[in-house]
Amino acid sequence: MSSRLLRFEDWTSPVPPVRREVFSALPHPDEGEPPLLFVPGLGHGGWAFREHWLGHAASRGFAAYALTPRERGSLRAYVHDVVQVAAGLPRQTVLVGHGTGALVVAHALARYPARAAVLAAPVLHGWPALGAALRVNPLGTLPALVGGALTLSRKQLFGADAPEAHVERLTRTPSAVARSLFTAPEPADPVGSPPVLVVGSPDDRVVTRKALDRTAARYGGAPLLFPGMGHDLMLDPAWRDPIDAILDWLVKELAG
Amino acid sequence: MHDTPEIADRHDAVCVVGAGASGLATIKNLREQGFSVDCYERETSVGGAWNWRHDRSPVYAGTHLISSRPLTEFPDFPMPDDWPDYPDHTRVLTYLERYAEHFALRMSIWFGTEVVSVTPVGDGRWDVTTRSTGGGAERVQRYAAVVVANGHNWSPKPLSVDASAFRGRIMHAAAYKDPAQLRGRKVLVIGGGNTGCDIAVEAAQQATTVWHSTRRGYWYAPKYVFGRPADQVNAKLLQLRLPLRVRQWLYHRTVRLTIGDVTRYGLPAPDHRPYESHPVVNSQLVYYVGHGRITPVPDVARLEGSTVEFADGRRVEPDLVVTATGYLPRFEFLAPELLDVDEEGKPDLHLHAFARRHPTLAVVGLVQADGGLFPLAHWQSVAVARWLRLRDTDPERAALVQQKESTRPLRSWTRLHVVPSSRHWFEVGFTNYLRALGDLLDRMEATS
Repeated sequence: MSSRLLRFEDWTSPVPPVRREVFSALPHPDEGEPPLLFVPGLGHGGWAFREHWLGHAASRGFAAYALTPRERGSLRAYVHDVVQVAAGLPRQTVLVGHGTGALVVAHALARYPARAAVLAAPVLHGWPALGAALRVNPLGTLPALVGGALTLSRKQLFGADAPEAHVERLTRTPSAVARSLFTAPEPADPVGSPPVLVVGSPDDRVVTRKALDRTAARYGGAPLLFPGMGHDLMLDPAWRDPIDAILDWLVKELAG
Repeated sequence: MHDTPEIADRHDAVCVVGAGASGLATIKNLREQGFSVDCYERETSVGGAWNWRHDRSPVYAGTHLISSRPLTEFPDFPMPDDWPDYPDHTRVLTYLERYAEHFALRMSIWFGTEVVSVTPVGDGRWDVTTRSTGGGAERVQRYAAVVVANGHNWSPKPLSVDASAFRGRIMHAAAYKDPAQLRGRKVLVIGGGNTGCDIAVEAAQQATTVWHSTRRGYWYAPKYVFGRPADQVNAKLLQLRLPLRVRQWLYHRTVRLTIGDVTRYGLPAPDHRPYESHPVVNSQLVYYVGHGRITPVPDVARLEGSTVEFADGRRVEPDLVVTATGYLPRFEFLAPELLDVDEEGKPDLHLHAFARRHPTLAVVGLVQADGGLFPLAHWQSVAVARWLRLRDTDPERAALVQQKESTRPLRSWTRLHVVPSSRHWFEVGFTNYLRALGDLLDRMEATS
């Protein structure tokens, strides 16, 4: 019960501070909409959102930020960084997590009353995600099971015609970091009951359709689906559809 | 005539008194539970005691936190992690201003507005009379509930001896703002609390002579032990759920090994065990006593002419007396029986927060602990907001929770073994108190 009140870990050994890399795209003029904070998953950095989504969100009037996860982090450190950046923004923030970044966001929601949250192609449950990864990308995944690095593959993340540049930018994830995310406990309930949207693709080779439904059900809804897209919704040639749908949903939620 | 104002019904809205740290958290958490909130603040800005511009702010130039950052920040709005372990008062104010900005709290606050009276109208609702701080017409509005967050560090406790015959300058610590006030003077600081010790240390750096008068010996905890902020080490002991006796022994050992025997410096030995008084966290007091910059003296017996006489008959002639006697809670807008205030002025509230006979009246922030106040005020206000919501949506369950709460033993949430003094009226153990609040929240959230 009281683990949410008694935070001994934070009181006795706070997460060490680091310099955080945050990309941003700001709207002109700023009409006071809540800012968006994008949180990438394993292998990705803030760059994955800077490519298309940040600028597009700003063009629709939302200040948009993307955080690069710290090196050699852990679930706890990532959650800490997300909450730190969100609390540092001038207004109550909308958290948008992708892949394992959605897991980080789900945990951050228990620590920070977000204005709203979006879980895009969320990897919330480690085992099914690991199963899918082993099927599609055994060579990149197996080493992580025996202490090596986790390497993501083009086939896993992208649809048919992804630019080669994106694939080259992916980073390997140390096994310990991957383990801390895949063995994460179920996230606690969000504070401040924010509206939560789950988006994904039925053709995602990382997140199964079943996992997507399960995550959406956990937050009391059904997933918004974008057939034909790969796992990396924000780098897909059709990147505009999901971000527009997310912003439309957000505009509706903010009005309601 | 203007003295019979019309009553404006605010229906389900909740009235919050004060926009300091506790009031801000209360506004936010009530709004999260879907309540409309009207907060009245007598000053024209947020921050309460932490805003040095405010009349009632006790803050002085050198004020720093006594508890470290992780034990002081709001649990859902952390302070920047690149801030120091013990931020100063300007940073704390910045933090509170950013909190108000981030959650758009100012739109619920009526600045420059004083609460004149709060009276029950019978059905659990309240008539709140307000007027502009500068004076002017009074206005009465009716609310579904009232949450008082007016702070308890602004009404100075009078000195226990008569000082009317004293001809030197005497001021309460609340009026102390800047070390320049001490420079080149012979200063007597009265009071062994955190403020008294901090001012004695500042005086040691500025004044020509410093006497520090305390009624009893205290356990002076350093701000750092084993390279960590002391409260974080203390939290570790609480995490391990070591029994009080063991913690007292460890505390004793640590103080012995680091500071040593304080009587060697001329300080009185504590007349109580560790954890039986509010922690005094000060690394420098003993240092300056050891350097002869501070002369420890016992309780003041008499102030007359230019002389101050102490309990042991010693006499000194200070130019300036700073009385750090602490503060008493004051609720001048509430009839004493509403909060069950006794003849000494001490309110009797369930969990130091809920009025026992008025389910729609609560006080937030009226606690002191071995940790920061903000997390306690946060969870108190969450509990108050949940409670008010539950009364609304499920009165039967609310009654059940109330009945269960009435059997909660006092010792489970408040410190009973403390030095008897008004200073310890609201002394709680940080983690025990949070456990009790967590337990209450669970009771309210449990699906029946």
